[in-house]
Amino acid sequence: MSEIAQKVKGIIIDKLGVEESEVTPEASFTNDLGADSLDTVELIMEFEKEFNISIPDDQAENIATVGQAISYLEENVK
Amino acid sequence: MNLRRVVVTGLGALTPLGNTVPEYERNLLIGVSGAAPITKFDAEKFKTRFACEVKDYDPINYFDRKEARKMDPGTQYGLVACDEAIADSQMDLEKLNLDRIGVIWGSGIGGLKTFQDEVVNFSEGDGTPRFNPFFIPKMIADITAGHISIKYGFRGPNFVTVSACASATNALIDAFTYIRTGRSDVMISGGSEAAVTEAGIGGFNAMKALSERNDAPETASRPFDKDRNGFVLGEGAGAIVLEEYEHAKARGAKIYAEFLGGGMSADAHHITAPHPDGTGASLVMKSALQDANLQPEAIDYINVHGTSTPLGDISETLAIQKVFGDHAYQLNISSTKSMTGHLLGAAGAIEAIASVVALKNQTVPPTINHFTDDERFDPNLNFTFNKAQERKIDVALSNTFGFGGHNASIIFGKPKE
Repeated sequence: MSEIAQKVKGIIIDKLGVEESEVTPEASFTNDLGADSLDTVELIMEFEKEFNISIPDDQAENIATVGQAISYLEENVK
Repeated sequence: MNLRRVVVTGLGALTPLGNTVPEYERNLLIGVSGAAPITKFDAEKFKTRFACEVKDYDPINYFDRKEARKMDPGTQYGLVACDEAIADSQMDLEKLNLDRIGVIWGSGIGGLKTFQDEVVNFSEGDGTPRFNPFFIPKMIADITAGHISIKYGFRGPNFVTVSACASATNALIDAFTYIRTGRSDVMISGGSEAAVTEAGIGGFNAMKALSERNDAPETASRPFDKDRNGFVLGEGAGAIVLEEYEHAKARGAKIYAEFLGGGMSADAHHITAPHPDGTGASLVMKSALQDANLQPEAIDYINVHGTSTPLGDISETLAIQKVFGDHAYQLNISSTKSMTGHLLGAAGAIEAIASVVALKNQTVPPTINHFTDDERFDPNLNFTFNKAQERKIDVALSNTFGFGGHNASIIFGKPKE
């Protein structure tokens, strides 16, 4: 697992209070990990802070699963 | 209109004297001080470096981590106290109509820590707004009532009263009125506050409202003592289950006390200073007596606002003498803030519980930290200095007054058939 993927999982476990085993690539923040709309906003903000990037709203809307977050960040973090 | 009777059937408290009602009750009657050096932040540069903090509180003992993160400490305290009060009431929520159960809570400020942290975070950045999405729902003063209803499914009237240090008393009066007039059968009421933060201590220090007795924090809150020099900031929560009498009787509930009446008034004088003649304070006690349909002679104990400020203690005492005349010498007066410190918007809640504790134990909790008489107080008044006093208590009155000149008083009686 990449360093980015590990950090992403760590943030999700911390913010959503879920078990590591639940944080699979297919897991949806809202459907599987119990996040509400505010939790999702907070997750995106944490990714921005951790990786020092800015994720535009229209792209943030497409980040709904663990896997989508990891691939977005692997592509965009320099 | 036919007014219904309202009784107290559940109590919960998270206070500087103990994290449950039995602990709070025990320490109130022993006369313990809840003051100690501030642990919540580095207060080295502050004029006041002590407070009455809640002790040994870890949110993880009450909430899961994710849940706790979304609540300001003031809201957490409120929920902890409500859990205790609701469990204590032994209501079977599966059997009750939750549309008829509401929540009216009190908060003087709201999520001060949350507000401070978020604003500091923004001001330390480069101007890019990165406010947490939970900032507003953690900070707004009404949110605790919302959380309580969400947790228990109470769908009745739901809101928060804001009248500074009178907030919880206003909440209790409103809750009482809603049951009394038939709008609901059970109300969860009380208040919570968590203002021991840099902004809270620094703000009250700037007003010269706080005692700066850093060399002896446990003696700093000394209402009616000659050397009182300001209040001691406290934090915590008190929760009270109020219930319509027949509703309580039908389910065989234990009844702690009857809620007999409440009064409200304004000083209409100054934003922070009390009226020197205590006109608002006497008006509020009169109006509470009238609401309860009682003569002044019926009152055995007054749990005063008595914050240990130079002016406030005097005007409240004048008001008591004005309202009660000769009977002022027959009743007991005490300020439990001498022990708990001043919980601002939660003060009315924990002091209502102190009044119920007095009725239950037939014992007046003391005004601790009395060292030197102040000649400005009539020496024939009984302030219950330093030691609890056993006596017959049928009816107790509790006063709270808030910045803005808000006054609220409530009266509880021993339960009767």
